Amino acid sequence: MAKRDVASISQEVKRPEEPSELLRELVAHLRQNRTQLREEWVVRITETRLLTAMTKEEIFAEATSVYDSYVEALETEAFEALQAYARNLSERIIPRGVETHEVVGIVLLLRDVLARSLFAKYQNDFKKLNRILDAYEPAANRIANTVAVGFVQERERVIRQQQEAIRELSTPVLQVRERLLILPIIGVIDPQRARQLTEQLLRGIRTNRAKVVVIDITGVAAMDVTVANHLVQTVEASRLLGATVIVTGLSPEIAQTLVTIGVDLGKMNTVGDLQGGIEQAERLLGYKVESLAEPR
Amino acid sequence: MEVPILKQGAVLIATFQAALSDADLNQLRMGLVQQVVKFRSRAVIVDVTAMDVMDSFASRTLREIAHMIRLRGAETVIVGIQPEVAFAMVQLGLTLEGVATALDLEEGLAYLNEKFKTAN
Repeated sequence: MAKRDVASISQEVKRPEEPSELLRELVAHLRQNRTQLREEWVVRITETRLLTAMTKEEIFAEATSVYDSYVEALETEAFEALQAYARNLSERIIPRGVETHEVVGIVLLLRDVLARSLFAKYQNDFKKLNRILDAYEPAANRIANTVAVGFVQERERVIRQQQEAIRELSTPVLQVRERLLILPIIGVIDPQRARQLTEQLLRGIRTNRAKVVVIDITGVAAMDVTVANHLVQTVEASRLLGATVIVTGLSPEIAQTLVTIGVDLGKMNTVGDLQGGIEQAERLLGYKVESLAEPR
Repeated sequence: MEVPILKQGAVLIATFQAALSDADLNQLRMGLVQQVVKFRSRAVIVDVTAMDVMDSFASRTLREIAHMIRLRGAETVIVGIQPEVAFAMVQLGLTLEGVATALDLEEGLAYLNEKFKTAN
């Protein structure tokens, strides 16, 4: 009787665990040893000189929430929640100057710290260690991926926002007289900026009921054929809204480009400089500028 | 679809609706010229404020209307082209060349007043 009991007992021990059981065991271990593993991770972060933009207290606070989210993601496999958390975290730390390689770096360090603790725990049962790693590795890799992607998405969103702000700032449409708008363009115009410029100008014409627009390109060094065509289109579109466009400040290079692409200069009103352009605009609008007395 | 045509002195004002079919546009072309003849109008204002899209057929029809009306000795002013529509038109190369344009009805009437004043 004793022999059979021993045989049945050894058979029970040999049954392999379900993957979900392994995961639960793994998560339990990570929760139990949370304090110690988190501490080890923070030490590694400091040693590798990551997150140098943050103080020790900040690193500790973020490390705690990242650790807990990591373990929770392992447990629930809810990666959308993790991605949302990653974007949220990124929104907080990007303004602090944290870089992509730092975020990816610390997540991989955490993965390593946790893996090492598993090696230590199951060092006497190599087969079990393998099964535990089979459960751990895919999940850990997916976590690293999810966090990195979340971070990069947030960075891209910030960059797009800043680009939009820069574009808006750099093409102001200014009203200098009733019915007269000035659009001073400075710097490099790429097709995207040219398009944004046109849209802003057309809206400005409608809002300000402008009859004359002076587009000054003194500050534009060069213009390729595509952008020159955009300029011509801007002039034509403005006319459809009942406004006359005067282009001022063409450099010799740009004048050459316009001639080369065969712009019908009869269609485009150009004047040498901004002052001349404004004076002509005033004449078109029926203004007369008179000097009243000796300047003081 | 009936396009309302109002008379304001020597000026006819035709207000285009949002979705005009090719058939509507063809009808308008003949209709407007007939009205100019009937009332001996000096000008026509075509208000396209309600049009949020202008294709090449509509654009060509507007040019043809303007030319036909000019043959009757009258002026055409297109008013109310929306910024987005203007942008789309120039990208397609539809420039309404040779046709007067103004921001809106008020501007169109002011333009015509100026023109008639100097003509007289």
